[in-house]
Amino acid sequence: MFSIVHKEEIAPKFHRFVVEAPEIARKHRPGQFVMVLADESGERIPLTIAASDADAGTITLVVQEIGKTTMAMGLLTVGTKLASVVGPLGTPTHIERFGTVVCIGGGAGIAPLLPIAAGLKQAGNRVLSILGGRSQDLVILRAEVEAASDEIFYTTDDGSFGRKGLVTHALADLIKERGRPDLVVAIGPAVMMKAVAEMTRPNAIPTLASLNSIMVDGTGMCGACRVAVDGQTKFVCVDGPEFDAHKVDFDLLIKRLRMYLPEEQTARERFLASHTCRATAGVSDG
Amino acid sequence: MAEAVQGVPELTKAERMKVPRHAMPAQEPLARIRNFAEVALGYAAESALKEAQRCLQCANPPCVKGCPVAIDIPAFVELIRKGDFAGSLAKIQETNTLPAICGRVCPQEEQCEIVCVLAKKYEPVAIGRLERFVADWERVRGEVATPQLAAPSGHRVAVVGSGPAGLACAAELARFGHEVTIFEALHKPGGVLVYGIPEFRLPKEIVAFEIDNLTRMGVTLRSNFVIGKTATVQELFHEHGFDAVFLGTGAGLPYFLGVPGENYIGVLSANEFLTRVNLMKAFDFPRTDTPVRTGRRVAVVGSGNVAMDCLRVAKRLGAEEVVCVYRRTRNESPARKEELEHAEEEAIDFRWLSAPLAILGNEEGFVTGMRIQRMELGEPDASGRRRPVPIAGSEYEIALDTVVMGIGQGPNPLATRSTPGLELNRHGNIVADEKTLMTSIPGVFAGGDIVTGAATVILAMGAGKQAAVGIHEWLARLARGEVTKPAPV
Repeated sequence: MFSIVHKEEIAPKFHRFVVEAPEIARKHRPGQFVMVLADESGERIPLTIAASDADAGTITLVVQEIGKTTMAMGLLTVGTKLASVVGPLGTPTHIERFGTVVCIGGGAGIAPLLPIAAGLKQAGNRVLSILGGRSQDLVILRAEVEAASDEIFYTTDDGSFGRKGLVTHALADLIKERGRPDLVVAIGPAVMMKAVAEMTRPNAIPTLASLNSIMVDGTGMCGACRVAVDGQTKFVCVDGPEFDAHKVDFDLLIKRLRMYLPEEQTARERFLASHTCRATAGVSDG
Repeated sequence: MAEAVQGVPELTKAERMKVPRHAMPAQEPLARIRNFAEVALGYAAESALKEAQRCLQCANPPCVKGCPVAIDIPAFVELIRKGDFAGSLAKIQETNTLPAICGRVCPQEEQCEIVCVLAKKYEPVAIGRLERFVADWERVRGEVATPQLAAPSGHRVAVVGSGPAGLACAAELARFGHEVTIFEALHKPGGVLVYGIPEFRLPKEIVAFEIDNLTRMGVTLRSNFVIGKTATVQELFHEHGFDAVFLGTGAGLPYFLGVPGENYIGVLSANEFLTRVNLMKAFDFPRTDTPVRTGRRVAVVGSGNVAMDCLRVAKRLGAEEVVCVYRRTRNESPARKEELEHAEEEAIDFRWLSAPLAILGNEEGFVTGMRIQRMELGEPDASGRRRPVPIAGSEYEIALDTVVMGIGQGPNPLATRSTPGLELNRHGNIVADEKTLMTSIPGVFAGGDIVTGAATVILAMGAGKQAAVGIHEWLARLARGEVTKPAPV
C-alpha cells in the first residue's frame, strides 16, 4: 500500500507522483485532499489529489519542493512506500451545470484545479481557464488543463509565456470582453485568491477559493487549520477546503500560514546541509 | 518459565491495618521537567508483595463494585502476595485486557480505592500500583500469555477507532471467536493513548505492547483509514462484508472558548498541542519534522487531566512560565488529585478563579497576552459546583507567547455525519441503548466518549467491553435469522 508507482519532474522542483491507494482512488471526488506522511519521523502534510484512477487503484499528487518535507519527497524513487496516505479528506467541490465557469490556477494550485475543471466541464459547463506562474516553466499541467477547458489563457510574471502579468489581469479582461461568468474557482497562493476575490466582489460573481492552511491530522481533530469565514471559525480540513471567497478572511489566513516560518527555515537548512555534503561526495567519487 | 518469586506470609487482620500504604518511587520534579521519561517509576517486587499483604480479602469486596470492568481485585492481589505474578496478571486479564495502561491512568482514587474498607480508617490498598506492577513485571519478562479464544464464529466485526473503547471491544470480540478489524484514522493505533496522553504519564512502548497482544489474538489493524471518508459505515456492511460495527471514535473535536483573539498565532487546542508533541514527537524537532513552539510564557486554559498534561508538556518543552487559568478553584478542578499534585510539584503557576476575557495579539497576528477576569464562588449551579461569578473591576493582563485551550472536546462528526439514520443527541453524541449499546441502526453499536462526551480511559474500556457483549448477542440472533443487517440506503 502507498507505493510510488510513477514519478516524474514535470517542471523545475515540481514532481508528479502516482501512488497506489485503491480505497482512496475509488472514493475521490474533485476538491478533496490526502494527508501524507512520507516517513515515520516525518511531518503530515495536506496534498490535494490532482487525479485518481479507480481501476488502476492509484491517485496522482503534484508536489512542489518548498520545505524540508517536500524537498525530501523530491528525492523519493519509484517503489518507495509512503508511510501514510489518508483520505480522501475534505468536502468535495459542489459540481453542477452553472453555465460559464472561470477556473484560475496559480503555481502549485494548478494541480488541485485540474480535477475540478475536468468535473465542471463534464457537467456541461463552459470552462475558461486562466493559469499563471512566475515563468513558463512553472505553469504546470498545461496540456491536462487545456484538455479540460473550452478556452485557456496564460499569464507569467516575467512575460516568458502568455501575457505578462498576474492572473487577475487576465480575469479583468475576460470579464470585460465576455461579460460576467456564473462562477469563478480560484486555487493558488493566498494572496492570489484574495486578489481574485476582490476583483469579483463588486459584481458579486460567485467565487470559490480552496484554502491551503497548516494541518496536523486533517480530520477535524486539532483545529490548526482554522480560518474565519463570514466571521465564523471554520476548519479547512472538514468544513472546506473550499469556501465562498468573498467571505474568507484572507489576511488572517496569510498570517496563520507564517506561524512556523522560523522552524521551516531551520528544517530546510538542516536538510540542505546534509544533502549538499552527500552531493559533493558523489561528485568527487565520479 | 518465570523465575520463582517467594511470596510473603498472610498477616492477621489487625496486623494488616498497621502496615502503611507503600509509596511509589518517582522521578524528582527538578529532574523530570527536563525530560519526557515516565514520572512514576512503579513498585519494586518487594514493595508490591508487602502492599499486597495489606489487603483484607473482604468476603464481599466493595472495590470490585467500584471498578468499571469489575476486576476480581482481592484475587489478583492475593496472587501477588503468594508470589504468583503470572497468575495474578491472568486473573486481571479475565476482565481487563489493558492492565499496564489502566494501572497508570485509571482514577483509582474515585473508583476501587475510594471504597476500600481500609480507606475508612487508614489508607486504601494501592490497587492501581499493584495492577501496574504485575503487568510491567510480566511484560519485561516477555511472559504475557495470549488469552484463550472461543472457536471461530464465522462473523466479522468492524471496530471504528483504536482508542480505549475500540481496543477493549476488539479484545472481547476476539475472545468470543469473532473476526475483528480495527479501523484507525491516524497512522498509529492507540487513539488518545498515543496522541493525547504524554509519554511521561504513559510510555508509548506500553501502548504498542498492549496493541501487539491484540494482533496476537488475531485482530487485524487498518491504520490510515477514516470511516466516513475512506469508507462509510454502510459500506462496511455492504462492500467490506462486516456483520456488525462498533463506533468508538472518541471526543476528537476541540472546543474553543469563543473569546476575542482566539485565532491569533500561538493559540492552540490541547489536541493540536498534544498531538504535535506525543504523536509527531515535536519535542525532538528538528530531528523529527513536526515543529511546536511554546516561547517563554505559556498559559493553559482549563484544569482537567488534559489541561494538566498540556501544562506539564509545556514545562518540559522549556517554557519558563507556565500558567494554569481556571475560573473555579482547586476544589472544583476535574483533574485527578495525583495529576494536580504532580503539576504543583513542577512549579506550575495556578491562577484559580481566573476567567479569560480575551486573547491579546500584535499586528503580525501573534499572541502577546491574555486579559483575565478575577472570579469568586457564588451559588451552586446545575453541576452542583458553586458557580464562579465575576468580581467587578478586577480585570488584569498577563504577557504570553502561547495559549493552549484545554477546556474539553466534543464528538468528531466525520463518522456520524456520514451515517444516515444514526440518532444523535443535541451535543452530537451518539444515542445508544443503555444495556446493549446498540444505536438507532441495527447492528451498529457505539461506546466511549462518542456516546458519553469526554470521560476517562477506563469508562471507555468498560463501554467497549459492554458493547462487545451486546454485539455478541446480536450476532447470535443474526445467525438464528431473528435480526437482519441494515439494508443498503
